[in-house]
Amino acid sequence: MTDPVLIASLLTNVGIAILLGILLAFASKKFSMAVDPQVAKVIAEVIGAEEVESQEPVMAAVHCKGGDKEAAKKFHYEGIHDCRAAVLVADGNKECAWGCLGMGSCMEACPFEAIVIHNGVAVVNPKKCTGCGQCVEICPKNIIQLMPASAKIFLACSNHDLGAKIKRYCEVGCTACGLCVKTTPSGAIEMKDFLPVLDYSKEENFVTAAYKCPQNCYMDIVAKRPKVSIDQKCNGCTECLKICPVPGSIEGRPNEVHKVVFPKCIGCGRCIPVCPAKAINLMGALGYRKK
Amino acid sequence: MDVMHLFGISISMILINNFVLSKFIGLCPVLGVSKKLDSAIGTGLAMIFVMAITSLFTWIVNEYLLKKWEIEYLQTIVFILIIAALVQFVEMFLQKNFPGLYKALGIYLPLITTNCAVLGVAVLNVSEAYNFIESMVQGISGGIGFMLALILMAGVRERLEFSKIPKVLEGAPIAFIAAGLMAIAFLGFTGLKI
Repeated sequence: MTDPVLIASLLTNVGIAILLGILLAFASKKFSMAVDPQVAKVIAEVIGAEEVESQEPVMAAVHCKGGDKEAAKKFHYEGIHDCRAAVLVADGNKECAWGCLGMGSCMEACPFEAIVIHNGVAVVNPKKCTGCGQCVEICPKNIIQLMPASAKIFLACSNHDLGAKIKRYCEVGCTACGLCVKTTPSGAIEMKDFLPVLDYSKEENFVTAAYKCPQNCYMDIVAKRPKVSIDQKCNGCTECLKICPVPGSIEGRPNEVHKVVFPKCIGCGRCIPVCPAKAINLMGALGYRKK
Repeated sequence: MDVMHLFGISISMILINNFVLSKFIGLCPVLGVSKKLDSAIGTGLAMIFVMAITSLFTWIVNEYLLKKWEIEYLQTIVFILIIAALVQFVEMFLQKNFPGLYKALGIYLPLITTNCAVLGVAVLNVSEAYNFIESMVQGISGGIGFMLALILMAGVRERLEFSKIPKVLEGAPIAFIAAGLMAIAFLGFTGLKI
């Protein structure tokens, strides 16, 4: 057992192995790098740009919903079937100077087939849109804009005209009445140049604004909004009744458990934070509870 | 140092005693990587690099550790340990500090870590009892010879892609035949005297 060959070989091998192991461990720590930053840095170096932090995913939205049924046309256009060509002829054949011409330049430009022309206006399919921005660049009227993918409601109108004029040529055009601004106490909507501008960085889901708009200018991507329901913890304080923007959607007399009339509820969720008994919850469109 | 002597060593390693075509050592990459010229060049460069640093470190360890304590019989195991750890270290170092170089030959480094030719260089240095400079020259030239064989094989195989070959011989069989023919051609160097 004390054979010198055995001892020598054991010692050397184990010793060298341990030494090299420690060396490699140090090296892996020292030369370690998360793959993502390196890739971003190399890409930034290659294209000569500064390193960009990862951003929230964005989505394109066409800010016009005045189609063949709702919006009037100035003349009948016969020419190249492309918005960029149509816009050269007296600024397009739509009466509204900011309206979508519906010739499909954006549809052609989209590499993901996420835009379709429906009822004479372009509509973005949120499931296919990746936020690449090709449509934004190609639209000759500049009415396609990128918005955060988490935002589900946007103002589908780019009209800067005053109320009386618009009503003559578009049923769904924004008249700058300011109702949406007034009914959004968080101040997330601001009227700029007779057109509301939505601030998506604020905690606001804009459901009330969309509901209150008399011209129905807003577009909601969510097909079925979750509604609220009040459970037995309700103490009958009627705070929710006061804040609810929809008259008649909450039934309840003081000191009685209130009840939500589901068909009327728009799912704006304003009643949830005001309830002192925390008795209100959002019910998912499929009927399960959400946060 | 006698330059002619060093030149003689390098010619010997590249042509006369070519690792692949004369000694038939380390053949795995030759038939695996030689389908495309780019990967052949990449592997060849990586091989030169690995053989150089292997010669360096194994000579140092052999001289100042194994010989001193008279445990030369441990050469094989110790060399393997050193080669494996070294290549790993170099790969990590390259990945962080020279991303361009890493892109060019980094992926081939793990493939040739325990290639017989690399251990062969280390053992050859010991058996010929070369000093430090001679070992380095032998290592680098061995790598150059390896790369030469790889590039030749890749060139021939790329040409073979467009030739009419009997169905039974397509792919590996014709590659082997080509390699054998090349080895015969390299036999012509055996009588070379510097």
